Amino acid sequence: MDTREKILGIIRQVSKPGANPEADESLFDSGVLDSFALPDVVSALEKEFQIKIPDSDLNPRKFETIEKIEAYLESRT
Amino acid sequence: MAFIKQFGSYLPPRVVSNEEIGARVGCDSAWILSVAGIEERRFAEDETVVDMALRAAQDCLSRAGMNADQLGMLVLACSSWDRRYPGPAVSVAQRLGLTSVPCLDLPMASAGSLFGMALAAKLTETYGDILVIGAEKMSSVILREPMERGVAILFGDGAGSCILSADSGCARVVDSVIESDGTFSEDLQLKFELPLEMNGRSVILQASRKIPRVIEMVLGKHGHKAGEVDAFLMHQANQNLIARIASALGVAEQKFFTNIRRYGNTSSASMLIAATEWWQKCGFQPGVPVCFAAFGAGFNWGAMLVEGVTAS
Repeated sequence: MDTREKILGIIRQVSKPGANPEADESLFDSGVLDSFALPDVVSALEKEFQIKIPDSDLNPRKFETIEKIEAYLESRT
Repeated sequence: MAFIKQFGSYLPPRVVSNEEIGARVGCDSAWILSVAGIEERRFAEDETVVDMALRAAQDCLSRAGMNADQLGMLVLACSSWDRRYPGPAVSVAQRLGLTSVPCLDLPMASAGSLFGMALAAKLTETYGDILVIGAEKMSSVILREPMERGVAILFGDGAGSCILSADSGCARVVDSVIESDGTFSEDLQLKFELPLEMNGRSVILQASRKIPRVIEMVLGKHGHKAGEVDAFLMHQANQNLIARIASALGVAEQKFFTNIRRYGNTSSASMLIAATEWWQKCGFQPGVPVCFAAFGAGFNWGAMLVEGVTAS
């Protein structure tokens, strides 16, 4: 499973059933994620990719789309 | 060593329902309840922040059986004051008849009372009994045009207070941890005469991680686990956030005393208003830990561990 598929899997775990966002679609504007789901996504990313995301990196804009999440994770490797 | 001697509070009488505020900002009452856990809040009409702070101070002094002239210092957390300086603390002190005790303003929003208590616990050996007040007239902020729906529905007015003493009280202050990080200072800010700006996603994301962490830090320093805490008395920001924090700590949500349903988010006042009501309903038990916590603009956040001294 590649990084993008893993991210999508995490988003599906914490969002409404059947969510299938495009890679460049805002997860917030589309209603896939609400404010309270975002911390769950961050925690799941830390667990799945075995990284510690510092609070200073927790700008919601970095996690707004699957592409941006992927880019952030790549910047951490 | 420091003790909490007493709590006090004041809520203005005018109740503002979700229907009323919803009609002003274009949303329905059920939505407000679902996103924030709020059914109603209080709005002050002619009363100022100083008026409300004074009422909360008098309530606290009365419950403690004290006169104002027994106080050695006054700390007032308030961010809805309308003058750059002096802050409202000196006006409250003056109306209490105090004209020489040092007064300290903490214009730092929701974490203000917690920071005030933490500082007072360190200063009481030097200054004697310290009155800490959190008072806000948030209606004067949120009703500024253009009103933002996600902000206007959340806030209410009120004041809470407590007295910290070096001598005796109903709970001993065991320890506190207070922290600040300005990385996201623009994500929750109030400029003079402008509407409150809040990036709710950023606030919730940071608070969801920082509050459980700082609670576990102060508990862990003294060998406690979250499950051993009798009650968590938190800044009443949002019922859903409180539920998340309870879950993160692995404790029942019922351990978090909440009154946000009736008062909304009263910023720096909320934790002490909640503490006053909790104290009246439940009270401290000897040797049993209770934990205060708050998070707010800055970001500033922290937690305080206390334990009951005498059954109240």
